[in-house]
Amino acid sequence: MKRIYLDHAATTPLDPRVKKAMELFENENFGNAGGLYREGRTAKDAMEGARTTISKIIGARPEEIIFTSGGTESDNLAIFGVARAAGHGHVITTKFEHHAVLEPCQQLAKENFEVTFLDVGEDGIINPEDVKKALRPETILVSIMYANNEIGTIQPIAEIGKIIREFKKENKSGYPYFHTDACQVAGYLDLNVNNLGADLMTINGPKIYGPKGIGFLYKRAGVKIKPQIIGGGQEARMRSGTEPIGLIVGLAKALEITQAEKKSESNRLMPLRDYFISEIQKRVPKVVLNGHPTKRLPNNINVSILDIEGEALVLYLDAKGISFSTGSACTSESLEPSHVILALGKPYEFAHASMRFTMGRGTTKEELDYVLGELPNAVKWLRKVSPLNLELGAKSMSHPEAFAGENLRVKVKSKSYK
Amino acid sequence: MNEKQDIDVINQYTGEKWYYTDIVKDHFFNPRNLLWERPKNETEYDAHGMVGSPACGDMMEMWLKVGKETEQVKDLKWKTFGCASAIAATSMFSVMVTENGGMALAEALKIRPQDVMKRLGGLPNRKIHCSVLADKAFQKTANDYFRKTGQYDKIIVEGAQVIDSKLNITDKDIEEAVLEGAMNLEDVQKKLKVGIGSPEIITEVEQLVRFYKDKYYG
Repeated sequence: MKRIYLDHAATTPLDPRVKKAMELFENENFGNAGGLYREGRTAKDAMEGARTTISKIIGARPEEIIFTSGGTESDNLAIFGVARAAGHGHVITTKFEHHAVLEPCQQLAKENFEVTFLDVGEDGIINPEDVKKALRPETILVSIMYANNEIGTIQPIAEIGKIIREFKKENKSGYPYFHTDACQVAGYLDLNVNNLGADLMTINGPKIYGPKGIGFLYKRAGVKIKPQIIGGGQEARMRSGTEPIGLIVGLAKALEITQAEKKSESNRLMPLRDYFISEIQKRVPKVVLNGHPTKRLPNNINVSILDIEGEALVLYLDAKGISFSTGSACTSESLEPSHVILALGKPYEFAHASMRFTMGRGTTKEELDYVLGELPNAVKWLRKVSPLNLELGAKSMSHPEAFAGENLRVKVKSKSYK
Repeated sequence: MNEKQDIDVINQYTGEKWYYTDIVKDHFFNPRNLLWERPKNETEYDAHGMVGSPACGDMMEMWLKVGKETEQVKDLKWKTFGCASAIAATSMFSVMVTENGGMALAEALKIRPQDVMKRLGGLPNRKIHCSVLADKAFQKTANDYFRKTGQYDKIIVEGAQVIDSKLNITDKDIEEAVLEGAMNLEDVQKKLKVGIGSPEIITEVEQLVRFYKDKYYG
């Protein structure tokens, strides 16, 4: 059966052009970039070439790029790096960050740091004014994602960057630094760090048709961070470990291609996205769109299909050759439902029923039509199995009586999910 | 315990190996004893019970018919909101209590989650709680039957304190009634008959109603 893959926000296939660029360094040119001899120099040249390519794309200098093992490491390095260098202070982030940012921030909150977790608007967009209000003289770091990984909503990063720069000027301080996780957007949006006002930026390979196991952290010159992986002192002492030249070359190539094609790919995907959103709402009753309808990534569709549970639909459509993901607790390691959907102020039921379809280069209208053909039947069937009948505009939970004896911590008729 | 319970995610995208056993898969795609249409009147089934909540991600509802003389399960129908394992576990449970002419109610109440899991060929570790819900839903449905037939002594009380010992009504039952929207003694009595015939416990019931009302609506 032909598979229809709609989970590009999770990861993308490797671009053949990227694969070709990497091949040379998997075997023939296997040298360690630290060697003075020829094999080492060949490796180093390739690595520095990749660094220069990346730095040009994001408007930075080559020495401002730190290669890491991926998005999670880059986020950890940015947050713990800044925090450990500063020693104490205040950090601002949002309630709907990726776990790679959220968890380090929660860790800092347990130590001698104060952390503000900003609320998210119902449309999944952070209000820059909220950032402004949260800034304090002792704030050392603001970390806000460029676009949300679940609902694809694009954050006003440039505007927030400007607010932070002005705040620094007024306070005549080098702090706070501004970090943004840009993993989801690299294929679609402008990455120029000067336009964005970012001091630190995370990007990784597996979301841009590049290799897995590689990413980088952009660190503006002068920004003080403490390395988190120490040893041989590679990457200007910021990240030790033998550099994986093949992966680094692949990452640069992947970023080069996705950035070159970002306009045409965005223009191709946006009408498909809007088509899918409107058709699914036409064909399936009780579907709620999560996140702003247009201020979202061109490839992201996230809906809550009420009265059914995400995992069941994923498995049902998997059998029909369709791959997508859900914010239901049943599929997460923690058995917690999506914190992103809850951050929008929606009840747990909506999180368990949230479905994410993320398109990519291979996605066609024919594929979407196939999904739109199968989806209504699958939903109809699972609704037959399900005893639920939720209200479309529900703001509070249904069937609270099920919590009897389990010490329910929220009020029944209040909106306390945020 | 079944060894197969350690099966875990292999790859949800390749479809080559399934997350669950073939039996779970079969019951998920072809559930047995599913209730298609809600009963038009309450007397169509002898008892009804519901556990879980959509907020926790799992919810099960069961409808039961009992053979009057023999106290055997004559029919068990269900609906489930939840993941594949929750659906399969309810389906398997319904098979277990209705096969071979139907299990005696007393025997059916002895089915443990492990028994359901074993019949399913195991569940991934993280999913074991889903199969726990099926026996809970059945216990609740059986309690409803016992209450309706006046067999109050057979009602199974678990993890709760009995307030009305004649009718075997617990603090949890009262909490549930309040969560369902009962706001005073009268409302609660409409649902539970609690304290009718036992005036000495009325004050305690009233206190509980007030306590839960403050807790959840205050």
